[in-house]
Amino acid sequence: MTTIDNGVNVQALLDAREVLKGAPDAAQFTWRASSKWQHGVHSTTTIEKFFGLGQEQTHKNETTFAADHPAVFAAEDNGITPIEYLLVGLAGCLTAGVASVAQNRGIQLRSVESTVEGAHDIRGILGADSDVRNGFNDIKVTFHIDADASQEEIEALVAQSQKRSAVYDALTNPTNVTVEVA
Amino acid sequence: MLERGEVANSWRRERWDSLRLLTPNWLSRLPGHHYDGPDPDGYMTSGEVVAFIEQFAGVTAAPVRTNTAVTSVRRDDDGYRLVTSGGELRARSVVLAGGACNVPTVPALAAGLPPGVRQLTPFDYRGPDGLAEGGVLVVGGSATGVQIAAELRRSGRPVILSTGEHVRMPRLHRDRDVLWWMDATGVWDQRYDQVDDLTRARRLPSPQLVGTPERATLDLNALTDLGVELVGRLSAVRDGVLLFSGGLTNVCALADLKMKRMLAGFDQWAGLSQPEVELPPTRVPAAPRWQIDLGHGEISTVVWATGFRPDYGWLDVPVVDEKGRLRHEGGVVDSPGLYALGLPVLRRRRSTFLNGIEDDARAVTEHLATSLPVPSSHR
Repeated sequence: MTTIDNGVNVQALLDAREVLKGAPDAAQFTWRASSKWQHGVHSTTTIEKFFGLGQEQTHKNETTFAADHPAVFAAEDNGITPIEYLLVGLAGCLTAGVASVAQNRGIQLRSVESTVEGAHDIRGILGADSDVRNGFNDIKVTFHIDADASQEEIEALVAQSQKRSAVYDALTNPTNVTVEVA
Repeated sequence: MLERGEVANSWRRERWDSLRLLTPNWLSRLPGHHYDGPDPDGYMTSGEVVAFIEQFAGVTAAPVRTNTAVTSVRRDDDGYRLVTSGGELRARSVVLAGGACNVPTVPALAAGLPPGVRQLTPFDYRGPDGLAEGGVLVVGGSATGVQIAAELRRSGRPVILSTGEHVRMPRLHRDRDVLWWMDATGVWDQRYDQVDDLTRARRLPSPQLVGTPERATLDLNALTDLGVELVGRLSAVRDGVLLFSGGLTNVCALADLKMKRMLAGFDQWAGLSQPEVELPPTRVPAAPRWQIDLGHGEISTVVWATGFRPDYGWLDVPVVDEKGRLRHEGGVVDSPGLYALGLPVLRRRRSTFLNGIEDDARAVTEHLATSLPVPSSHR
């Protein structure tokens, strides 16, 4: 059997799973983002630190994301629209899942590409029709995967990746959100 | 043998009226006792199961003490002290054979439903006549959920089925009962210590099967054909609004893929390369609803077909883990002289079926007989 390499350290993940089964406290993570209003609807959000495995953790680099609205919303378009960040998160999460599951199942990937489309009726956020919701009406993800595997095995990769995806879960199930003024 | 009620008590009192066994008659066997009626491919009704077990109790002259409920079992010197409704008992060994389905599981979010909506568990459900008019939400896509949803829909009520991950199966594969394949291919003989993920195997929901004279398949497509509406897994109740997961498509895709893999495995075992006519994929509505406002009166009854769990409330021995599961190794419980039978994948995948008890009972009683200290007067 030739060894396959998608660049995912599956063994480390499997080891972590075993360890954390008996240590639920260490499995509690808090992800953090700090945001600052710039001008108009432009804001920047910085991510560097998070908490996990019982202590403060730091990303290798601090990353700053710009959010704005496009010109058709009469804005300056200094960055992507906040709701588009949800598409970034979903694509990133599902793709990571495909790579990890493929590694675990011994499937060599050659390319994994996807397009993510969120259908959005903006009458909701504009308050033009109270029957229209603010968020996406639906989201469609289409994967194009080239791998040493049958069509059915590829479909199983994509299905399993959804089953274990944090962002897929966060988008498909409700979450309690608390917003306070400090 | 201590029995809280009559022989085959749960089959008398804790099953809905139309329920039939999922296993065909020829596969419903107990040690030295098998079906010898005219319909080996049929499925016993609850009443027939009761008669079958009663006959078994008769021919084996089983020493059953009926109407004797056990209220406490605790460790005592080299054995156990049992408190029962018929007095106290001492035993050097105890076999827990109360089964895995003593209590219907109801999710915590049930408490958030408005009082005007009637809530039922499968133990409360006897048939459509016991329900008010109006729409029914059945929560759960296992054998129980699909059977109750189909029956209620046929009674003329609007029915919505909420399902998460589920196990899809055709009733027949290449004209043979799907459980014939489970039996013949050895899938059911897979031992607990050979199963990849035992925790998962033991938690697996029952397959979407029903025992009917027509030997019909009852998957989600069959429910859709009947006019049952499918929605995703119930994930929350907020201000009287039920919120369902938007992931229905994927749980159906997972079930389709797993079923295909299972059937391909059967064919491979049989040396058949010519594929049978493939079952169509599960048809998922283009836009499944993800919220239903209970205030609109569309739903008058919610049926919780969300599984069952064993009740160990009377077991005062520390052998139950934080998730309520008995700690045992193939039926040998983590306390000397304590054993279990009739739990999911106890020793094999067939452990919870009638035909699974023989091998399990033999293994467990062998262990029991070897470990039981011989009383000094017999040495």
